[in-house]
Amino acid sequence: MDTRLLHDLNNLLGKDGVLHASEDLILYENDGSVETGRPTYVVFPRNTFDVAGIVRLANQHQVPMIGRGAGTGLSGGAVARKGGILTVFSRMNRVLSVDVDNLRAVVQPGVVNADLSLAVAHLGLYYVPDPSSQKACTIGGNVSENSGGPHTLAYGVTTNHVLAMEVVLPTGEVIRLGSTPLDPPGYDLMGLFVGSEGTLALVTEITVKLTRLPETVKTLLAIFDRVDDATETVAELTARGITPAACEMLDGWTIRAVEDYVHAGFPMDAAAVLLFDLDGLREAVEVDAEGVAEVCKLHRAREVRLARDARERDLLWKGRKNAFGAVGRISPTYYVQDGVIPRTKLPATLKRIEEIGKKYGFEIGNIFHAGDGNLHPIIPFDSRDEAQFRRAVQSADEIIQFCVEMGGSITGEHGVGMEKDRLMPLMFSEADLDMMRHIRDAFNPKGLLNPEKIFPNTKGCGEIRVGSLTTAPAARE
Amino acid sequence: MSTATKILPSRLADIAGPTQVVNDPTDLPAYGIDGKIPAAAVRPGSTEEVVEIVKFAAAEKLAVIVSGARTKLNMGLPPRQYDLALDMTRLDRVVACDPGDLTVAVEAGIPLKKLAGVLAEHKQFLPLAVPYFDRATVGGTIASGVDTPLRQFYGTARDYLLGVEYVTGEGILAKSGGRVVKNVTGYDLHKLMIGSLGTLGVVLRINFRMFTLPEKTRAFVALFDSAGRALDMRHRMAQSSLTPSTLDVFSPSVADLLSSDVAVRYGSGAFPANLLSNEHWALTTGYAGNDKVLARYTVELSRMAQEAGAVRVKELGPEEVPAAFSRKREFIPIALESSPATTILKISVLPMRMKEMLEAVARIAESNSVPWAAMARGLGVIFVALLPNEKNEEWRRRVTLAADQTISACGGLEGNATVPWCPSEWKSAMKIWGLERADVAQMQKVKKIFDPAGVLSPGRFMGGL
Repeated sequence: MDTRLLHDLNNLLGKDGVLHASEDLILYENDGSVETGRPTYVVFPRNTFDVAGIVRLANQHQVPMIGRGAGTGLSGGAVARKGGILTVFSRMNRVLSVDVDNLRAVVQPGVVNADLSLAVAHLGLYYVPDPSSQKACTIGGNVSENSGGPHTLAYGVTTNHVLAMEVVLPTGEVIRLGSTPLDPPGYDLMGLFVGSEGTLALVTEITVKLTRLPETVKTLLAIFDRVDDATETVAELTARGITPAACEMLDGWTIRAVEDYVHAGFPMDAAAVLLFDLDGLREAVEVDAEGVAEVCKLHRAREVRLARDARERDLLWKGRKNAFGAVGRISPTYYVQDGVIPRTKLPATLKRIEEIGKKYGFEIGNIFHAGDGNLHPIIPFDSRDEAQFRRAVQSADEIIQFCVEMGGSITGEHGVGMEKDRLMPLMFSEADLDMMRHIRDAFNPKGLLNPEKIFPNTKGCGEIRVGSLTTAPAARE
Repeated sequence: MSTATKILPSRLADIAGPTQVVNDPTDLPAYGIDGKIPAAAVRPGSTEEVVEIVKFAAAEKLAVIVSGARTKLNMGLPPRQYDLALDMTRLDRVVACDPGDLTVAVEAGIPLKKLAGVLAEHKQFLPLAVPYFDRATVGGTIASGVDTPLRQFYGTARDYLLGVEYVTGEGILAKSGGRVVKNVTGYDLHKLMIGSLGTLGVVLRINFRMFTLPEKTRAFVALFDSAGRALDMRHRMAQSSLTPSTLDVFSPSVADLLSSDVAVRYGSGAFPANLLSNEHWALTTGYAGNDKVLARYTVELSRMAQEAGAVRVKELGPEEVPAAFSRKREFIPIALESSPATTILKISVLPMRMKEMLEAVARIAESNSVPWAAMARGLGVIFVALLPNEKNEEWRRRVTLAADQTISACGGLEGNATVPWCPSEWKSAMKIWGLERADVAQMQKVKKIFDPAGVLSPGRFMGGL
């Protein structure tokens, strides 16, 4: 620790705005992933001026700086891999303005995702992207990771709902990107910065689009005796052009974990369930619900249940959104993956995941955004057993490799961070990565902002190493 | 002519074959932009050829401008230098089509119409209903960043572009994004290509998410005696549960534009008689769904039109929709051909400020005695066509003044305004890229990375990039 820097941070933020004792720092060394890294300081800015000051001090003292919302991320994006100043936005948590007529809201980065939707619900509005951690995660973190969620199937992910930002560049410069009206002229810098995983700037203010709450929502639960029947249902719905607002799948292993804990009404003996939300005009939703039920039955669904009221609907969704908590009761440590595949490859991929599980001695659970092919295999392991943990990582890597072979992606919504940097060569050539690195270096010239994220640290190495995952705390979605 | 441009044709012939090089002085003006004619044009037939050509150009500091169907090359500032036209029209294949996953990968030179035909076989489509639809290529559509009336429901290209493969200004082949509908791996560099006018890279391949063709579509037109009333209906729709696929408000003068002989060439089929009136503002909206949904639209739109004070309403049946929709899509080309010196401004403001903006447009155009027409998208994007009677110094002065005043008025409403189209000779006096933006310095950083030598479309972009 550098006493001069501590002194300067205290001067800038007040003593209650700076943590530096190791017993305090330990609380900030994880996020929701299996990664760790202890910051040297944890600071709590109150406004943009504070953030710019922190960035100036980091530059002056040549220490890394990392932004952090609620620390629910699943790829180590908010973990201080190289130590340094961890900037936590929990004090910048105000909704600054809501413009009902123009469907806009301006928020500080520390606003909790679900709180924004709650704040505008009485106006008949909501903020669409809804990560499973939405009761804790922040909009600033969502912007950094370009977060998704179940309801992004029909409505798009974070980048489709963010219009403008104020950011502090790693050089300390405060700039505005995008515009509150649509179509700002010039290059789409917003598109570049959203999802840059905190490596290009610290976000201090965000203008988002709000959406009118649908007049009708219908929630359906389809129960299957074979996993293949469920995955084939998803493929056929996609091909028929029926786009539910959400289409989630839980396999038997996950159903039993959830049902024990949440009592959502999922049948314990099912091989898989599909959970659908259909929303919009009631005249459309009714016909679409019939269409979904028809396709499910065509693929041998044992039963298709329609939630009768809001209470039943909430209960079914509680089952989905608390699934990771439920898994935690069975296995306190587990590894969640985030691969994406073309939806036509769902049946083949789930079979492959099962084979990989057998090969490494795991029963791998599956709960995922089936509608957009975004898988979340869950690999439970014993964290005290280092060898088992390594096998868990190996099996996860094999799953991801298969996703890429299917034409898919290594991450659909969790980000690359420090979890998958070594897997980037599966998708991108050195030339592809170099262009991205050059962009990072242009905005983050000293590499002080969120160092050693996204990019594999050994250049020219096409091999995948398992290096960064050395400890194994609990993970959750 | 420099040595490099002298050896250009033979070098290009080595790379792409002699038949794919254009260097006959009678053929080259077809590739001209703002009066600049390139020394040669080349039609590469493969990725490798594009890489070779750009590498050669970069080494010799030759300025390359990428083109497709050449329908929107006059957008932006005049090029600072223009040596070589890179004609992508031979690269026109569907690389991969996965209708079961609703994704498609195409080469940049594929015409939108050809792609639409392929997708229609699977009852799918890409919602890029852009101007010059019958000729435009997918690559040019992305590079020009023109919008589509279908954005009301489907969003713009940035909402369904999944990834691109491109060649940098140094001739490096790279890609960004992927082929699946959900993906956050790496930086979204592909989004930068949208609207970049070919200043960042030569886009080779493009991956999209597709959509299912709606079974039944209808449209509804309501006429009003003021912009305010037409927009009042727009606001009522925005506050309802309706989710139409298009929603635009037209100024009265659009009636004559869209029923003109010029419009006949761009529109599919005869324009429904008496649909618009040159004395009224019109709200036009298209929607899709099952019979019950369509019936609901009829009831609600009729009610909202009445509440907003419509003087006349009409619902268009399936046989009339294509003619009306195609003219809405082709508003820009129709306007461009309707005056010897059409100047088009693109304005974006918050939806609730559209009334104030349109009033300012009318006031400014009329005070400068410039005929005008406007198409205002429901989401707050307004295209204003200034339609001078002649292309001469006096009209140039008046149109430039009107454009400047409109840009200032838009700035006062915290909006964005640019001049995507105007006569080449007028560009030097026009604020093509609008008011100066604070983030231009960041855009310079981006340009420098993609094209360090400045050989790709030099000078056409914002800030002279």
